[in-house]
Amino acid sequence: MSLTSAAQQVLISVNAVSKAYQRGNQSVPVLEGISFEIIKGEYLALMGPSGSGKSTLLNLIAGIDTVDSGSIVIDGIDIATLNESDLARWRSAHVGFIFQFYNLIPVLTAYENVELPLLLTSLSRQERRKHVETALDIVSLSDRIEHYPSQLSGGQQQRVAIARAIVTDPTILVADEPTGDLDRVSAEEILSLMARLNREQGKTIIMVTHDPRAAEKAHIIRTLEKGLLNDVYP
Amino acid sequence: MFILKLLSRNAFRHPLRTLLTIFGITVAILAFGLLQTVVSAWYAGVNASSSARLVSRNSISLVFTLPIAYQERIRRIEGVTAVSYANWFGGVYITEKNFFPSFAIEPKSYLELYPEFVLTSEEKRAFFLDRKGCVIGKKLADRFGWKIGDTIPLKGTIFPGTWEFVVRGIYNGAELSTDESQFFFQWQYLNESLKKTVPRRADQIGVYIVGIKNPQATAEVSTAVDSTFKNSLAETLTETEKAFQLSFVSMTEAIVVAIRVVSFVVIVIIMVVVANTMAMTARERIGEYAIFKAMGFQAHHIAGMVFGESLFISAVGGVLGILLTFPVAHKFSQIMGNFFPVFQVEQSTLFMDIFFCMIVGIVAGVFPTWRAVRIKIADGLRRVG
Repeated sequence: MSLTSAAQQVLISVNAVSKAYQRGNQSVPVLEGISFEIIKGEYLALMGPSGSGKSTLLNLIAGIDTVDSGSIVIDGIDIATLNESDLARWRSAHVGFIFQFYNLIPVLTAYENVELPLLLTSLSRQERRKHVETALDIVSLSDRIEHYPSQLSGGQQQRVAIARAIVTDPTILVADEPTGDLDRVSAEEILSLMARLNREQGKTIIMVTHDPRAAEKAHIIRTLEKGLLNDVYP
Repeated sequence: MFILKLLSRNAFRHPLRTLLTIFGITVAILAFGLLQTVVSAWYAGVNASSSARLVSRNSISLVFTLPIAYQERIRRIEGVTAVSYANWFGGVYITEKNFFPSFAIEPKSYLELYPEFVLTSEEKRAFFLDRKGCVIGKKLADRFGWKIGDTIPLKGTIFPGTWEFVVRGIYNGAELSTDESQFFFQWQYLNESLKKTVPRRADQIGVYIVGIKNPQATAEVSTAVDSTFKNSLAETLTETEKAFQLSFVSMTEAIVVAIRVVSFVVIVIIMVVVANTMAMTARERIGEYAIFKAMGFQAHHIAGMVFGESLFISAVGGVLGILLTFPVAHKFSQIMGNFFPVFQVEQSTLFMDIFFCMIVGIVAGVFPTWRAVRIKIADGLRRVG
């Protein structure tokens, strides 16, 4: 089911964004004049072959890379105009990250990993505890809070990573190949969890994936090829 | 609290590497502390000098003597409160490796001028009354197991023959810096013997020790003493006790400088070792720092993590090094007591230990911090995969 009806609020507006990387003296274009909008509460899958620029586009929307030209306006803020520390503050409040390789801190327990983003807030220890327990409960890992990443399976680690991504209650979840390192059963669990977060908590999700089965869970699929956005499904 | 937990866990992520680095810092700080203590021990005599005492010697050289008759003339100079004298005896007990400093002194005035040599009144009286009596320091007594009443034979090197002394007192130092390894006997015993054997060497003094009323007036009194004997057959050179002691130390200045240089080289080496450890650590964790930055942590947070870990490792190694310095210095002083009668780890050495520990931690953390802070999130995340 599509959520792109005009009545919906536009959360993210990508306007004529271009990005190139320097390789020696050569400038290699990755994205060329990309424009599109993402509605609040949308679940978007970005697909495309390797090197098509989908991860770059995800990074730009998440505010961890900067555009060469164009603008990205999120909830009324042009993130290209923010300086580094304002952008860091904006990310901590508005974006939750889910990575292919989970990227948990190995010396911290599941609880401590989830608590990390909350250290940047003014919440008290008790309040942080409440938030962490809620997040771990959502991903059904309340019984694993004292486990270190090495003591968890891949699927469980990814669920901890999702708990870490949602613990600050961000508006946007960005996921870069979230099931790329998982077996089919675990991947299915993670995709169901993400769909639930979108459905029940209204999180706007942007997911980069190679896996058509993962993309099927999204409301909308956009494909990138050679830096151009050329298809929209359904 | 969370940051401390993260720092300590990060520090021991590679336990062997971290333990070896900590061990290296411990050894470096220990070596630095010991070498600095050796330098301090070298200057122990200088540090123990009193500002209220001057030393007058023959202006040509210490080898040449001064007449005993100078004592009264010095005493009459304004600002002088007391005058004593001493001759370096240089006696050998059985063999030369048993070296200790031995002096012929005028007992009463000498002990009055050196209140830091603490004797009971009975010991003093017994010493004053026995022409062959001697007083020895506690460390010296312990070293050879000498007790009051023991007879000690010394073989003279400057004054030939075998000289026998009876121990009449064992002094304790009033200060930690007081040398307790010295041997004093009556100058009269030496002089009377010389009158019989080598009369031309009798009634001669090695140095006069001059007590002064006002420690601020050392220059005036020194000049007055030297002026009194100007153009005489034995002109004097008067200086503060500290300057006199320093003149001995300056003879071995090159060794002191070498020890100091080595102690600082040790610190530089360990700085490079810790810097290498921290550089490896930061390189391995670049991806993690990118994740922290992605979550909203800023440059100062990342810098705190890297610097904190570097300082943590340095501090652990440093504290262990400082704690080990005391027992090792104690053992060292037992073994090397002959050469360093006063071997105390000074407060200034501890401050230097702490200072250099912090410097090692900071310098070792600079490059990895710079690298971690500058990493672009997208580049760092690419390395994780």
